[in-house]
Amino acid sequence: MATTSADVRAVAQLAQLRIEDDAIDDVTERFNRILDLVAELQQIDTQGVEPMSNPHDMEQRLRPDAVTEQVDRTALQDVAPAVEDGFFLVPRVID
Amino acid sequence: MSWEVVMGLEVHLQLATDSKIFSGAANRFGADPNEQACAVDLGMPGMLPVLNERAVRFAVMFGLGVGARIGKRSVFDRKNYFYPDLPKGYQVSQFFEPIVCEGQFDVPRPDGSLFPSRSTRDHLEEDAGKSVHDAYAGQTGIDLNRAGTPLLEIVTEPDFRTAEQAVAYLKSLHSLATYLGISDGNMAEGSMRCDINISLRPQGSDEFGTRTEIKNVNSFRFVERAIAVETERQMDILESGGQVVQETRLYDADRNETRSMRSKEVANDYRYFPEPDLLPIVLDDHYIDTLKAELPELPGAKRARFIDSYELSDYDASLLVASRDSADFFEAATGISKSPKLTANWMLGDLAAALNRESLTISESPVSAAALAGLIVRIADDTLSSKLAKQVFEGLWLGEGSADEIIEARGLKQVTDTGALEQMVASVITDNPDQVAQYRAADEGKQKKLLGFFVGQVMKASKGQANPQRLNALLKDMLDG
Repeated sequence: MATTSADVRAVAQLAQLRIEDDAIDDVTERFNRILDLVAELQQIDTQGVEPMSNPHDMEQRLRPDAVTEQVDRTALQDVAPAVEDGFFLVPRVID
Repeated sequence: MSWEVVMGLEVHLQLATDSKIFSGAANRFGADPNEQACAVDLGMPGMLPVLNERAVRFAVMFGLGVGARIGKRSVFDRKNYFYPDLPKGYQVSQFFEPIVCEGQFDVPRPDGSLFPSRSTRDHLEEDAGKSVHDAYAGQTGIDLNRAGTPLLEIVTEPDFRTAEQAVAYLKSLHSLATYLGISDGNMAEGSMRCDINISLRPQGSDEFGTRTEIKNVNSFRFVERAIAVETERQMDILESGGQVVQETRLYDADRNETRSMRSKEVANDYRYFPEPDLLPIVLDDHYIDTLKAELPELPGAKRARFIDSYELSDYDASLLVASRDSADFFEAATGISKSPKLTANWMLGDLAAALNRESLTISESPVSAAALAGLIVRIADDTLSSKLAKQVFEGLWLGEGSADEIIEARGLKQVTDTGALEQMVASVITDNPDQVAQYRAADEGKQKKLLGFFVGQVMKASKGQANPQRLNALLKDMLDG
């Protein structure tokens, strides 16, 4: 399976990863090695096997609808680089 | 060329739970920024989601309400994208196996007739936070209170052809959600938001054109306008030989236009995969059957019952059942007045107009169901003409007491007593000999017109309180001598 460096750049953009130009060939090659492994898995006959959404053979437990968390905003915002009026501040994003 | 508009809708409904879908933080609108965002909602490392039982129940109730098949096994997936108000870098949603599958239910048109609408699927997901773009220089403020609010996303088939149909559908969804009590339905606060997928094709074609998606429209009126301007825009492009670009657009209500959301131009690729932190939701028949048995009477059934047992028109019944409050008001008032049609007329006429004027809802009405019924009883028993009834209604609205008290205090009793009426008619006839002679000489057609003069005179003498039907009959009798 030949994934091109252009594909890798597109995936990197979706994942918000920067890949330097001089690294792209190397990353593409390693990317392809992983995909080769997946391609091998794809050859296994899975006819009649139910898709697995979770490795645990269990059902979701549900929580009663009750407010149990008291929010300590000051403590939670302690790690934030910038905060004002209770808002987290991030570099401007415009739609 | 004439074009057909093809639309499908995606509605996001915020569920009225006490806590968030995956955390125990409060789910309430209007708190100070980030005061209701706990470590789970902030996507802090190591935090794990625990699913809210009521969110699941509400989703199933909705599914049952729209006659859909319930997914007995549903799975959460991660929808991956980057935006600062989505702290984890993914939204927990349901993509491959939703909790509510295909369904169909009847939507009333404005005239009261019904059309079927098909839904594709409805799934549970978490809402994102909010961004404030204009308050901080060069920066965006992020409030994550809304992050983790339970949402039900409702996806329809592309069955809508007019804005009117789309709005009728949204109104009936809104009505259903509030009947079920699963959402407060407050559109101004974002409890119900609508995305419109819209494309045009030549009339008669069965292939779909290229569609655009208008995001996050939050009122019925804006839905109608957004559809109108986007239809116009696409029509202009197609008629000048161009091609519509598939993209996400935003409706700007101030300018009444849609415009491209540039940040979403990169083709969306959400790379969905099963959420490893949550297990499949498995629902058994007993759970589903119990919820089904506990459903309240829904708008469709109530509407049919109103038509059947109160002999209301489709139109009146549709309006009355649109909200549970107005349906309850109607039944309470009719229970006392025993005059369903009159009650419907007054609710949809004078009462609705007065409420509209003051921007009040029926549950805030200064005139209670019992008070309105008191008025209707006096119309039905001929104490009040419709003209006098309006004055009594005004008194009720101003809090002057019950209908009977107002009739007494304002002296509004209609004169139905034949003896008293006869006296008035007799004196009017005596006082206007010329007109009487004219009337008696006239042919039947002309007589009808002349009768108006005498009615006016008697009404004046009775200060508007003569019963019009009796007066007419009496006048004719006495004039014909």
